[in-house]
Amino acid sequence: MTARTGRTVVSVLAVAVTAACAHYYEIPIETPIKPKLDVSAFQRVLVAGFITGGTDDVDGNVETTRLLRSQLRSKSDLRVIDADTLPLMEVVSSDRAKANTGAGAAPAPLPPIKEEKDLEPYEPLFANVAYWKQIGEEYQQPLIVTGTVMFTSQERSTSQLRAQETRDQFGRRQTETTRVYVERKAFILRPKWIFIDGRDGTVIHSETFREEVSYGANQQTPALSSYFELMDRLIPTFLSTLSSQKVKGTRFLLQ
Amino acid sequence: MKIALLAIVLLLSSAVPALAQKPRERAEAQVKFGINVAQYNLWREAIARFERAADIDPTYAAAYNNLAIAYEQQGELGKARDAYEKSLKLDPDNQYIKQNYELFREINDRANRQNRR
Repeated sequence: MTARTGRTVVSVLAVAVTAACAHYYEIPIETPIKPKLDVSAFQRVLVAGFITGGTDDVDGNVETTRLLRSQLRSKSDLRVIDADTLPLMEVVSSDRAKANTGAGAAPAPLPPIKEEKDLEPYEPLFANVAYWKQIGEEYQQPLIVTGTVMFTSQERSTSQLRAQETRDQFGRRQTETTRVYVERKAFILRPKWIFIDGRDGTVIHSETFREEVSYGANQQTPALSSYFELMDRLIPTFLSTLSSQKVKGTRFLLQ
Repeated sequence: MKIALLAIVLLLSSAVPALAQKPRERAEAQVKFGINVAQYNLWREAIARFERAADIDPTYAAAYNNLAIAYEQQGELGKARDAYEKSLKLDPDNQYIKQNYELFREINDRANRQNRR
């Protein structure tokens, strides 16, 4: 037996012995995480529309409705109802007008929604059980998704520490840290998802989020791109409210 | 009569080796079977085997570790946590169990955060 053959035999034996002595087995697993809401009573979901404010560059109502519907269609078991987006802001205005009919004077028009506090006059709409019950009856009592979406932009001046290389009088290199001010543009998305039971019009769950992204002032990022970037971060959490998710991973089974 | 006696003797002689096995060996046999079925994605059967192994030998850390993984796969996170904790108590320095537990905790924390929101 040559030395080469001997080495081969030894390495084959080593592999065989290692395999025989393996005390662990790496195994892929998928851990299901239960949804936050029990929506087993519903077969259908209506993403009704949103009260939106902030920048005029993005139609938050239309874009949010479209995005959530498409995500629910592909990633949940609920059947998504295709319907026109509800003009919720108009509904609130008309409700205010009706409420003031007896008072004689027409109600003051609501200011455009630019800040969070501007949303307050619209909040009672979500507690209007009769309105949502009527919408529920119209669409065969689905789960209704609605809420508010604030999408704003901000110009910011932030300070940053920057290292600069200089040379002293003897030509030696030195590093100096200086504070510089840079202009940045930030986009902030603050949605509030409200889930309403289409059978009786009551709110069953609501949750509020905040995400932001900022860019250098010289970056010309369109508002719509930022909106989608921020929504991308929020979509998994939104979906986890309604449908179970599976987290893939590996574990070691031991013997 | 003789045939009946012979049958009893044969039956006892076949059962004796199994009874003579130590608890750890019997538990290991259950775990081995459990691992095999888990590799074919038969997790319910695997759970039954790992549970049996833990019953036979309650000091067998691997049985609890495997049971925890199987519970995790089934989405029973509370039971998985208990099993991991028992496993770590029995074998606190085992790197595989520690790693499994760390990965499990990430998911468990995420699920808890989700439910708190």
